[in-house]
Amino acid sequence: MTTVYRKTKGLQDTPLHYCPGCSHGIVHKLVGEVMEELGIIDTTIAVCPVGCAVFAGNYFACDTIEAAHGRAPAVATGIKRTHPDQPVFTYQGDGDLASIGAAEIVHAAMRGEKFTTIFINNAIYGMTGGQMAPTTLIGQRATTAPLGRTKDLHGEPIRMAEMLSTMGGLVYAERVCVADVPNIIKAKKAIKKAFEKQMNNEGFTFVEVLCACPTNWGMTTLDANRWVKEEMAAYYPLGVIKEV
Amino acid sequence: MKKEIMIAGFGGQGVMSIGKSLVEAGLEEGLEVSWVPSYGPEMRGGTANCSVILSDQLVGSPIVYTPTELIAMNVPSLRKFENDVIPGGAIFINSSIIKEEVLRDDVKIYRVPCDTIAEELGNGKVSNMVMLGAYIGATKALDPDTLRTMIRHMFAGRKEKLIPLNLEALQRGLDCVQG
Amino acid sequence: MKKELWKGNEAIAEAAIRAGCDCFFGYPITPQNEIPEYMALRMPQEGRVFVQSESEVAAINMVYGAAASGKRAMTSSSSPGVSLKQEGISYLAATNLPAVIVNVMRGGPGLGSIQPSQADYYQATRGGGNGDYRTVVLAPCNIQEAVDLTQEAFDLADAYRTPVVLLADGMIGQMMEPIVWRDIPKRECPPKDWAASGRNGRDKNVFLTSLLIEAADCEAHNLELEKKYRAIAEKEARWQERETEDCEILIVAYGTPSRIAMSAVEQLREKGIKAGLFRPITLWPFPEQALRQLAQQERVKSVLTVEMSLGQMVDDVRLAVNGAKPVYFEGRSGGSIPTVKEIVDAAERAWKGGL
Repeated sequence: MTTVYRKTKGLQDTPLHYCPGCSHGIVHKLVGEVMEELGIIDTTIAVCPVGCAVFAGNYFACDTIEAAHGRAPAVATGIKRTHPDQPVFTYQGDGDLASIGAAEIVHAAMRGEKFTTIFINNAIYGMTGGQMAPTTLIGQRATTAPLGRTKDLHGEPIRMAEMLSTMGGLVYAERVCVADVPNIIKAKKAIKKAFEKQMNNEGFTFVEVLCACPTNWGMTTLDANRWVKEEMAAYYPLGVIKEV
Repeated sequence: MKKEIMIAGFGGQGVMSIGKSLVEAGLEEGLEVSWVPSYGPEMRGGTANCSVILSDQLVGSPIVYTPTELIAMNVPSLRKFENDVIPGGAIFINSSIIKEEVLRDDVKIYRVPCDTIAEELGNGKVSNMVMLGAYIGATKALDPDTLRTMIRHMFAGRKEKLIPLNLEALQRGLDCVQG
Repeated sequence: MKKELWKGNEAIAEAAIRAGCDCFFGYPITPQNEIPEYMALRMPQEGRVFVQSESEVAAINMVYGAAASGKRAMTSSSSPGVSLKQEGISYLAATNLPAVIVNVMRGGPGLGSIQPSQADYYQATRGGGNGDYRTVVLAPCNIQEAVDLTQEAFDLADAYRTPVVLLADGMIGQMMEPIVWRDIPKRECPPKDWAASGRNGRDKNVFLTSLLIEAADCEAHNLELEKKYRAIAEKEARWQERETEDCEILIVAYGTPSRIAMSAVEQLREKGIKAGLFRPITLWPFPEQALRQLAQQERVKSVLTVEMSLGQMVDDVRLAVNGAKPVYFEGRSGGSIPTVKEIVDAAERAWKGGL
């Protein structure tokens, strides 16, 4: 019998708890595949966030440490500085990274910490039930912005990849999405490149992934993926933001 | 023997290092010692002080409330601490800038023109070393030779040319109170 | 051994290096700045890690990352900064991670003053973060002890897989005293086979987390922590007694006030009042049994607690004495330091009150 597909060794054989249509599963798989292809499952240390990916250590095959809300870049700094020869990455959502953990991610980028951050931007707080995130689009409804986000009341959404790219310590930032197969392939290339640059000790690397949250957006999976490509990508342009 | 010394002045007058020199020399002579600085905003140019204990017994409280001697390098320091000195104690005054009278008549007063002497020696920075010489000359708390060895050690190497200057400053201080 | 003069903060930093501290993460705040400054110079010389973090919050989380991946990690701060670290300390405790946290206490609440204080006693001994946990709290009264306890703090942390707080006050941090560098007996520390340091051929990954989303799981985890805390309480309580063999008035004090209290004991004895000093060295576990036994002695008329706070440790003293004798309190707050005379006067009042 020919094996036409097998699950990556970069993930454990555990069922995911994510909602149907959620992009986390795809991004987990891409990270797992990259770890397997680079032969670093045995050496990598992951840091997972507070948010929907809080259980990521049950899925990633590498050693994983759960951080307090927003603190993953500080935790990763402590790990990488004391384990400079091992790959380290953080996996964080938009509330975790762009709101409560804004200081930690900015300073990790400023210092040029040699780890990789995978940033899941789905424009909403998932785990707590659909509250407004710093990345929520203007007009988008959330449980804490029931009439939709407005510039007057809430300000404009934050573009983390662009903002962090102003830091000299950041050597690579790319924004991708996983809404269809061509984009999934691009996303995997970006994640792989980020890990390779890290392993070359070049500096801080950052991959922002535009993700769907059909449950909290109140959309079907298909509509959600369409919304990622049409609405989100219009405000958060896809592609390489910075490469040194 | 127990000396509880309060040393006070402007930041930059070297009051902290008078204290440090006393405890280092005291330790060298086998005494129990402690040094407590005032710290904070006053370190940046305001009034600075440190308290030093030299004792032949273990130091309990390192805090000096009632000094056996006060070294006042400027007027505010004199006014702040002169009433705390124990009766029969001593006050050392930087008489180059302190023209005011001491309000106590139950303590010994040593007027040391340490800024003037330092300028005569060509370096205003050694004013504190003059005062240190005066202090040990008057109180006999420490052997001047211990201080001389310390100065030679402290300025060994790159700052070697400062050794004669500091030794001279110390001597001029000693002469002030032994003349 | 030769005596050397050291400033408290620098001595603590050097002691940590000698104890095998792999990495230090810190943020500036008076009166502990000499610790990160010393580490910034010395750690790279030793081939070890120093990072000035963007905040105290980040520093404790760097400690968490290094500790979780198996390293000896340390941070230091002063009261307002240690408040910011409480989240991280709770996570360290919950995840069974060893770490050393130095608090060189200053006056509070709020921004407070920069002078010595002991008003973080509750925070340190009750677990200032959320949840059911304890931290070992060591309270040095001089620089020699600060050095010895710093070296031991790392061993205690590793032996019990728990955060250890070195609770000093601004006086200990800022003053200079002679010390000797001596070899502290090393403890047997179990191998860190629990660390998330890379799988390295292990069958399964290590996932270190404090999230136990089912109540029953969380309770079971907390009961395990409690078992550990009981073991620490049984084995690790430390204290020192001075002039207690015949004392009628018992003064209880730790840190800088214990030194001032010792001077007061001498003056009281000169006046014919038999005073003694009980000095807790571990604030948690509090040396409850020892204090109770001493206070229950017939000759002890009353107990006086002295603190640089408006009364925090006095609660533990009252719990220990448990009504056997009257417990009095004398304290100064906000960075003010009790004087020998204030303690002598308070002790005389307490002594008369207990007759």
